[in-house]
Amino acid sequence: MIIYGVALLSICTLAGISIGQILGNLMGLPANVGGVGIAMILLIVAGSYLNKKGYIDAKTEQGVEFWSAIYIPVVVAMAATQNVHGALSGGPMAILAGVMAVVVAFALVPVIDRMGNSDNTESANSTKSTNNL
Amino acid sequence: MFESLLLVSTKYSLITGFAVIGFTMWVSYWLSAKLTQGRIHGSAIAILLGLTMAYFGGLCTGGSKGVVNVPLLSGIGLLGGSMLRDFAIVATGFGVKIDELKRAGMAGVTALIFGIFSSFIVGAVVAVMFGYTDAVSITTIGAGAITYIVGPVTGAAIGASSEVMALSIAAGLVKSILVMVATPFVAPLIRLNNPRTAIIFGGLMGTSSGVAAGLAATDAKLVPYGCITAAFYTALGCLLGPSILFIAVRAILPG
Repeated sequence: MIIYGVALLSICTLAGISIGQILGNLMGLPANVGGVGIAMILLIVAGSYLNKKGYIDAKTEQGVEFWSAIYIPVVVAMAATQNVHGALSGGPMAILAGVMAVVVAFALVPVIDRMGNSDNTESANSTKSTNNL
Repeated sequence: MFESLLLVSTKYSLITGFAVIGFTMWVSYWLSAKLTQGRIHGSAIAILLGLTMAYFGGLCTGGSKGVVNVPLLSGIGLLGGSMLRDFAIVATGFGVKIDELKRAGMAGVTALIFGIFSSFIVGAVVAVMFGYTDAVSITTIGAGAITYIVGPVTGAAIGASSEVMALSIAAGLVKSILVMVATPFVAPLIRLNNPRTAIIFGGLMGTSSGVAAGLAATDAKLVPYGCITAAFYTALGCLLGPSILFIAVRAILPG
């Protein structure tokens, strides 16, 4: 049933956000610590477990897939609620700080990508060399 | 006449939101096909339209919530609010492959740390360039460049002035909006086309709304991978901002 999928998604979301909130409290932070990320991991783990057990049929999946598909409209609505006017009237310093932070982060994506990959190739090479020995 | 319309649109606010956003999406995909032959993704145009609407909403009403300040359109606030946004983001996780997460896990953690420090340093340097000399203001503006939540949280913790807090929020907003707009255009240049780089991108940018919208406009399949790392960014920033980063700024400043 479709509602089973929606309920599974709801339970995972609530559980993840709650864990994030509790973690935040424990660390004394006024923020949710990775709630959405934890919720996603819960959904992935619960989904694959229930799938193996054969509890998830096509209808149940549709309950999750609808919300996954409604995601882009939700993001468009979110964009429409941003304080764009406030951001642009923040003056040159705020704009420069924001723009430069984004530029640097974009530039770092390939750098960090390569860091990990070079590690992988190195470890691959080292295993090869040990094999040769 | 107007009163009765207003009554319906507030009573059925979420439904109004669905209708308005649905129409916006239709216009966007039509523009994408007609004007750009599909080269600029329909969702990218929709997000741009949303931001433009938000700008005029704020300009005309003086409010801080984009189109939500227009009474007829308050339902968009519910549709685009944190509850449904988080719900939909979690739902996208259903298609995630666990192996991809495991393979890029370390890279994601590295990206988170690099993302926080690089944004903070950039923001702090800009603050110094614009003539700020006290550690509290420099730290708060640097924290604003992390995200628009870390800025005020840090500022409140270390006692920044409300003017500096407002600037730090503005810096974070600029970052988030720019990520939404620029990501689809920059993506091909930085090989942002696979789960691994999406995980790294989410950790480096960290602004959940920016990452969510930027990846949606680039390739919807990448959304969950970016959002999963971005989810930890603001909290990590709130942890480091008032502590390590503030202490570091105080130590580096002369006198």
